[in-house]
Amino acid sequence: MYYIDPHIHMVSRTTDDYETLAKMGCVALSEPAFWAGYDRGSVDGFRDYFEQLTVFEPKRAGWYGIQHFTWLCINAKEAENVSLAREVIAMIPEFLDRPGVLGIGEIGLNKNTKNEATVFLEHVELALRTDEQILIHTPHLEDKYQGTRMILDMLCDDGRVNRERVLVDHVEEHTVRLVLEQGFWAGMTLYPVSKCTPARAVDIVEMYGPERLLVNSAGDWGPSKPTAVPDFILEMRRRGHAESLIRRVVYENPIAFFSQSRGFVFNPPDVAEHANV
Amino acid sequence: MNVRKSAAVFEQEFLPVRAKLLEVAAALDRLDRADGSLATDARRAKIQAAIQVLLRPEDDRAEQIQLIFSRPFEDDWRKKLGVSEVRK
Ligand SMILES: [Zn+2]
Repeated sequence: MYYIDPHIHMVSRTTDDYETLAKMGCVALSEPAFWAGYDRGSVDGFRDYFEQLTVFEPKRAGWYGIQHFTWLCINAKEAENVSLAREVIAMIPEFLDRPGVLGIGEIGLNKNTKNEATVFLEHVELALRTDEQILIHTPHLEDKYQGTRMILDMLCDDGRVNRERVLVDHVEEHTVRLVLEQGFWAGMTLYPVSKCTPARAVDIVEMYGPERLLVNSAGDWGPSKPTAVPDFILEMRRRGHAESLIRRVVYENPIAFFSQSRGFVFNPPDVAEHANV
Repeated sequence: MNVRKSAAVFEQEFLPVRAKLLEVAAALDRLDRADGSLATDARRAKIQAAIQVLLRPEDDRAEQIQLIFSRPFEDDWRKKLGVSEVRK
């Protein structure tokens, strides 16, 4: 089955991983900007990173027939440095019209601090001003519930935010309902130890239905599994769910959400590339 | 959506659940065999509270256990942090 991984950090993965993903049916992926494992020292560090995200990664993905899309921001962890964050936010528009850019992300909270909230709001302001979609990171473990509620508070206060153009990621059993009920998209991240497992993600689909739900691997430089979406597909099949339901979650839903971005130009795999007959 | 029969689900889940219970039991035994006390560690009490949730009949056990391991949310977080509201 063809699928799309809507959240994966390929700059941290090898070219072999692209090959494996392609063999497993991955036809497109989206890569939000995130923390590199160390704090970057200057706005130019981010400029170079955005260059990599918008030029080299799409090329590397293309070697295996995978279409690469991306999201730009300064992540919540580095947002503690508010002055650097403001420089980055001011620089982001240089890249927004590049091919494959889907919007602003992954913004959000990490330890739920004042600085993180301030920089989050300034990113939202940028997205609204430039009419971009938003992809949101919610915190891990004991900070997730509190941070998700704070994020939803900030978004719901602002009547200009179109909730159908916002994806709130890393939802779990205690946050998914809040996100879906408010009209946002919700992403489930299959990640060892700290997030969801394939079985629990399938449970959530069974409890809430496929509407506005996405599944991703969030594969990065940590202990993560870039092929987690195929694990989810297998678990759905093991439970006897219809292929149409599986395809809805792993393929049609990402396309429906991404299609609201002007940067999303997608060649479906069933259609010959550049088929303008 | 396809709704499965409980007997079929149990067939699939019995051995994994048995194995996971044994893992938790063995980890708790391991803690008990170790030297010292965890009486003042709040995380130990959370583990105990989570185990109690498993015994409840409600079907939202996973959500309830998640909440046990979550910091509380306070409605007036903005005031506490000094983040102003942006009603627009
Ligand atoms: Zn991420």
